[in-house]
Amino acid sequence: MAEKMQLNEVEVWDGNMAAAQALRQAQIDVVAAYPITPSTPIVQNYSKFLADGYVDGEFIMVESEHGAMSGCVGAAAAGGRVATATSSQGFALMIEVLYQASGMRLPIVLTVVNRALAAPLNVNGDHSDMYLGRDAGWINLCSYNPQEAYDMTLMAFKIGEDLNVRLPVMVHQDGFLCSHTAQNVRPLQDEEAYGFIGEYKPVNSMLDVANPVTHGVQTEEDWHFEHKARQHNDLMNSVSTIKKVFAEFEKLTGRKYDLLHKYKMDDAEVAIVALGTTVESAEIAADRMREKGVKAGVLGIRVLRPFPFKEIQEALKNVKAIAAMDRSAPGGTFGMLFNEIGAAMLQSGKTPVLLNYIYGLGGRDTTIAHLTDIYEQLDRCAKSGKSEYPLQQFIGLRGPKLSFY
Amino acid sequence: MTKKIRNLKEFSTSNDRYEGANLMCPGCSHNIIVREVLNATDNPVLIATATGCLEVCTAVYPYTSWDVSWIHIGFENASTAIASAQVMYEVLKRKGRLPESTMRAIEEGREPKFVAFGGDGATYDIGFQWLSGCFERGHDFMYVCLDNEVYANTGGQRSSSTPIGASTTTSPAGNVSYGEKMMKKSMVEIMADHGAPYVAQVAPNKWKDLVKKIQKGFETKGPVYINAMSACTTEWKHAPENTIDVSELGVESCVWPLYEIINERDEHGIIYSTKLNITYRPKNKIPVEEYLAAQPRFKHLFKPENRHIIDLWQKMVDIRWENLQKREEAGV
Ligand SMILES: Cc1ncc(C[n+]2csc(CCOP(=O)(O)OP(=O)(O)O)c2C)c(N)n1
Ligand code: SF4
Repeated sequence: MAEKMQLNEVEVWDGNMAAAQALRQAQIDVVAAYPITPSTPIVQNYSKFLADGYVDGEFIMVESEHGAMSGCVGAAAAGGRVATATSSQGFALMIEVLYQASGMRLPIVLTVVNRALAAPLNVNGDHSDMYLGRDAGWINLCSYNPQEAYDMTLMAFKIGEDLNVRLPVMVHQDGFLCSHTAQNVRPLQDEEAYGFIGEYKPVNSMLDVANPVTHGVQTEEDWHFEHKARQHNDLMNSVSTIKKVFAEFEKLTGRKYDLLHKYKMDDAEVAIVALGTTVESAEIAADRMREKGVKAGVLGIRVLRPFPFKEIQEALKNVKAIAAMDRSAPGGTFGMLFNEIGAAMLQSGKTPVLLNYIYGLGGRDTTIAHLTDIYEQLDRCAKSGKSEYPLQQFIGLRGPKLSFY
Repeated sequence: MTKKIRNLKEFSTSNDRYEGANLMCPGCSHNIIVREVLNATDNPVLIATATGCLEVCTAVYPYTSWDVSWIHIGFENASTAIASAQVMYEVLKRKGRLPESTMRAIEEGREPKFVAFGGDGATYDIGFQWLSGCFERGHDFMYVCLDNEVYANTGGQRSSSTPIGASTTTSPAGNVSYGEKMMKKSMVEIMADHGAPYVAQVAPNKWKDLVKKIQKGFETKGPVYINAMSACTTEWKHAPENTIDVSELGVESCVWPLYEIINERDEHGIIYSTKLNITYRPKNKIPVEEYLAAQPRFKHLFKPENRHIIDLWQKMVDIRWENLQKREEAGV
């Protein structure tokens, strides 16, 4: 049995410690992991918990991230709770296995501390890795600060392991900005946290030797389509479980989460849509704009997959100008958020002005001033009713302005 | 509990956990070896298979040839998958959360065994890092390499197990080429040098020797590596009915020596002694030429301009055989 850790009502944790504590409290059976900045401390904290007897599972320090996720898949298929952490290049190395994990319906939890992808090599935060993995068939939860990293990680187990879901879950947080920034975090006590997540219920366990199972078969055109359709269907339907778990968590902690994080959206005429720590900065910028009489709001995406299409339509239905903020090099087109928000708005029959801002690549600072500038642009567009700026602009970039379309 | 095996007939029908009537080519050695491994024990077995012929031919939804728990993830990671499943087994055992059927098996003295199968491509090449990692970490499982010296499933490309002079689709023999230019990698020694407690080379025709080694492997705690000659009718281009004969020629010519390496070590991995045993000694070592002549993948070597490669082969096999005997004698 693992030792209990006595936690204060308020702990000062950075995002990595918050995630590591949630992993500890989930009493994971097997963690297979490989270090990479900025998620390394998760693995280190977890090892220390293990060394001090606070964890009763096994920790396999493998030889690569591909090995880490391979180990997670093998251990999960054997029938126990499994999790790991990674960032950036490590995430990229895992990619093959990320698809295999979701295709096999294994509820692995992966805490991703988001970071840029090389080249050029960069250890700082942007969302390139998050975007790379967005089609891997995982549930994607986003946290903006250490408290949320903790909360989302606990909930990730409960969501992924729900018998109606049985899918792996990623929990994202921003490299350094969240992972290395210490803040007040209100944790649950160990029993409470474990009680919330519940015991692991194996499904199709390889270790039930009287009932052999086959994982990861070959299918070609005759069945593959059906398998993928079923997987998609269950991922889409996981929304109801996500909402249910959010509600249970609110009852337990008073902390309320939803598919979208809405700030002053009720009467907003201009809105910034963003992911990660930028959401909180945008809230400050929105307040400043409100002082100037601009009805500014912020829409944070909390659940990136399954994508809250309808909820986004609803949240943005009265907004006249929207900034879709993409913190990833767009690679020859618009950013992902721009495209996906655009699709939602097109189907809603509303035609607000929609602009795409590419920002903060490789950890470039995004200031309140940048965000108020964006609101100013949106305000001008909202007033004139048309796009007054290029559709895609790079902000905070040195040298000549860069924009497209 | 080591299973007692009296004769081939009884052995071959003793434990139907793998359906031989699958999509593999007629005469494929992979099938024979898998049956031999599974029939060597009555214990529950959990299996991971790397991408390759064995995997694509035995678990095509909605069918499966496997009446044991089986997993396929990718081309590289069968070793990590099964090693991690074994870790989960240890954890759940400790926490008292194993399924009842497994608890019963343990009480009956039939602990589950964990086995990964990979082709030579999966083993010598793409999956080598994962395999090396698992062996270095000392996981308790058996890795069986079905060594057909070629990437068969993708149509016969060379691997680092392809021997010199073999014509493959990416090292074809032609007007100015005798085929593969490099010698085969010595996987058995490489795995033994990881400090694995038990490493052995086997061939399906010498089934008693094979079964004995598999049983020894199952009794060993820690990582076990088995390198199995797996004649491939399609890529070695011999007739399906000649599979066992070709294997026999491989063993009798000492191209494919049967031996084992035992590293005695403590739980920290300190190796106290290394012992190499040759487990089969041909009465009359036949010329390598006979082995090569039985396989059209080497047909071009018999042209006058390529004859020197046959000589090279013979030299290589003789040196290796000599070295094995020296090592056996010296007890290292
Ligand atoms: C990452 C990756 N690269 C390439 C492949 C394509 N591929 C599948 S099986 C195979 C060859 C298998 O050869 P081997 O391991 O020798 O097994 P055999 O088919 O000969 O039994 C290859 C190249 C793959 N599945 N995954
Ligand atoms: S190609 Fe070779 S290894 Fe593959 S199934 Fe056929 S005989 Fe067996």
